[in-house]
Amino acid sequence: MKVLVTVKEVAEVEDDFEIEGTEIGSQYLNYDLNEWDDYAVEEGVQISENVDDVEVVAVTIGPERSEETIRMALAKGADRAVRVWDEALEDIDLLDVGAKVRLLEAVVEEEDPDLVLSGVQAGDDAFGATGVALADAIGFEWAAVVNHLDLDVDEGVAHVHRELEGGVDEVTDVETPAVLTIQTGINEPRYASLRGIRQAQSKEIAPKDLSDLGLSAEDVESELRLTDMYEPETESDATYFEGSPEEEAGQLADMLREKGVAE
Amino acid sequence: MTDVLAVAEHRRGDLRDVSFEVITAGRELADGAGGDLHLAVIGGDVDGFAERLNREGVDVIHTVDEGEEFNHDVYAQALTQLYDEVDAGYLLTPNSVNGLDYAPAVANGLDLPIVTDVVELDASGDGLVATREMYGSKVETTNELDADRAVVTIRGAEWPPAEESGDAEVSAFDADIDESAVRSTVTGFEEAGGGDVDISDADVLVSVGRGIEEEENLDLVRDLADALDATLSASRPIVDNDWLPKNRQVGQSGKVVTPDVYIAIGISGAVQHVAGMKGSDTIVAINTDPNAPIFDLADYGIVDDLFDVVPALIEEFE
Repeated sequence: MKVLVTVKEVAEVEDDFEIEGTEIGSQYLNYDLNEWDDYAVEEGVQISENVDDVEVVAVTIGPERSEETIRMALAKGADRAVRVWDEALEDIDLLDVGAKVRLLEAVVEEEDPDLVLSGVQAGDDAFGATGVALADAIGFEWAAVVNHLDLDVDEGVAHVHRELEGGVDEVTDVETPAVLTIQTGINEPRYASLRGIRQAQSKEIAPKDLSDLGLSAEDVESELRLTDMYEPETESDATYFEGSPEEEAGQLADMLREKGVAE
Repeated sequence: MTDVLAVAEHRRGDLRDVSFEVITAGRELADGAGGDLHLAVIGGDVDGFAERLNREGVDVIHTVDEGEEFNHDVYAQALTQLYDEVDAGYLLTPNSVNGLDYAPAVANGLDLPIVTDVVELDASGDGLVATREMYGSKVETTNELDADRAVVTIRGAEWPPAEESGDAEVSAFDADIDESAVRSTVTGFEEAGGGDVDISDADVLVSVGRGIEEEENLDLVRDLADALDATLSASRPIVDNDWLPKNRQVGQSGKVVTPDVYIAIGISGAVQHVAGMKGSDTIVAINTDPNAPIFDLADYGIVDDLFDVVPALIEEFE
């Protein structure tokens, strides 16, 4: 069987940063594998370790720079990767859910996976919608926000827990093939071993542009336009304790004593 | 003129708070777009729910009597049909775990754009302007859509719940559910975590987040909790790392807590965390990042390294 894992290189923003137009200046950004996708990769690799004859393929939409990130997925055990990019994507500020789905749908058509694992959301744009929309597009069943997975390959059922609000899990059986969006905490993502990192260098990252996928620039036109980006106005009316750490702790301790928290 | 179809949410027999927030947001959107507000409630005691959902601003409540609990296949089919039936423009849903389990599928099926986790909406111009956050709430963005058809999911607690009773028409909608396309089955619910401590009972919580860096460093906040005779709780990353059990997690997917004093140590204040602790009486935040969203909620703040401040604080009480 084949497990396709969607991964994304996301930008993390430093504490101090400046906005340039509708972007954060690149000098304030550090790139990393999306946290939720790290758990999805681990889940895929664990399936390949527990079930015979499983291939794990990572797919990403991203420029050449993102190969560094996708190599992390390969170093952790994905067998090969597909990287989708095209000049037509360079100038799009915000690739909306529909555009991402059209790109990933084309990859699914080529790869024909049995299971698609995707992080619940991306740490940068935080749409949280691509996995479920993709499932609908490719005719797979799905489950969103999965924090426990028990895959019964023979029966064609994924027994999942979905993490609801308020400390409650929903227990659900999902027919495969399926798209599961993976919540953090479902497993413990492994660190890439030195051996894994070395092996990842020789694994394939197949580049695909729009024409390779039978798509045109029109297919990735986002209907949503990012028109402004700004730092939210701080609503803080906190009383700040200031001075050395000892002085700050002393002022906080006084406040806590006044409230009767401690003596 | 564009009508809005909003969707209520219930679980285990109770309507969730966001059902009343989605009415307020839906009315606002419908006013901007010059249309009616339709509200859908699917599954469970739909008539009882409809009675409680009959709040000012709702024009029509559509009850869909299909199943007891949430099933995304049923929701997706019913909403797709209802959206067409009422000739709605905007479909508005909670940005909840369940909202995100059907709204993207409905959007794809109806070939509509989707914009999620929206905190402000304006449909009074040409199309829709939606405000959302990016990069872990570090920035806000404005997103424009030149269309009066879209799926929009709204963040919880951003709109006040609709409270005044209304006089909406209640109409039963007979959805044509294709059972062969229902390929998921909810088999039950489980309380996550367990354990011997109920953090929602605590008067004082010392809560620790990602800023603690290493599991070994947890001893530091444990010592502080001991010194203050407080209960130790945590934000999600600490629980994801298995450094503390799930029953210690504060947040949307953990416990909602309302202690007298909540001391947030090395917690940035992601929206999912804030959802669980904003009702605390007094909030203290210790964080190196002066722009951390937790300071927007805090009554008292210390912008400094927790590894310097916390030992000094322990010393104060020893």
